[in-house]
Amino acid sequence: MSIWEYANPRRFMAASGAVQPYVWGLAILLCATGLIWGFFFTPEDFRMGHSVKIIYIHVPSAFLAINAWFMMLVASLIWLIRRHHVSALAARAAAPIGLIMTAVALITGAIWGKPMWGTYWEWDPRLTSFLILFLFYLGYVALWSAIEQQDQAADLTSILCLVGTVFAVLSRYAAQFWNQGLHQGASLSLDAEENVADVFWIPLVITLAGFVFLFVALVLLRTRTEIRRRRLHAISLKERLA
Amino acid sequence: MSWLGKYAFDILLAYGLTALLIGGLILQSVLAARAARRQLEERGE
Repeated sequence: MSIWEYANPRRFMAASGAVQPYVWGLAILLCATGLIWGFFFTPEDFRMGHSVKIIYIHVPSAFLAINAWFMMLVASLIWLIRRHHVSALAARAAAPIGLIMTAVALITGAIWGKPMWGTYWEWDPRLTSFLILFLFYLGYVALWSAIEQQDQAADLTSILCLVGTVFAVLSRYAAQFWNQGLHQGASLSLDAEENVADVFWIPLVITLAGFVFLFVALVLLRTRTEIRRRRLHAISLKERLA
Repeated sequence: MSWLGKYAFDILLAYGLTALLIGGLILQSVLAARAARRQLEERGE
């Protein structure tokens, strides 16, 4: 059994339909556990006070904002190399989710920034690269909608995705590349020394896992919708020609 | 929510806007999925 068999829309619909309820269940369970734990059962930070609770939505949304783009990059490369329609439609399906996650990261970051930094916005490397990533998401979604011929739209959006990857990488590593600006380094790291304290870290990781499952659930749902829309488009073309 | 202290408004605003955005995305995804499935069913698929 090869993964490429799921490039067949019928097989993808069958497999995704079977796993969807479990993915939604895990997303709801993990998000609810992590957010309730983080919001109600964690102490205040000695410097940030209770505003540290914003971390449970800011970090997972920022993580997904960047990684949704990398998922789109992989799907776009598969489209460009192997011409599997499901991968192009999966990239299209992921874009609005990445767009919303980037907006959430920017908004919650601004709200958190005001009491902590004294300003909603600063042209800091990480903040600026996130804003550019947000604009790339907007452009990507708009480009898909602007071109009627679906294969051509998939080609052009895939190339835009390759270009935008530079900013996704910059958004991820900006705080490390340029040791300046207001934004601190990563809150989650493989190096335990750099992590936030355990009391915040455990609910944060649970919420992050919940957001990842929510992303997968939404990508599956939206890809299934895109496949159905494509089928509808093919039927209406056939009816017009008949 | 007075136990959230002086940052209560900021915290609730951040959570409220996030719920609105992500909730809206989920709602739009579900409604679009339903509409596409119904249209296909109407065409006998």
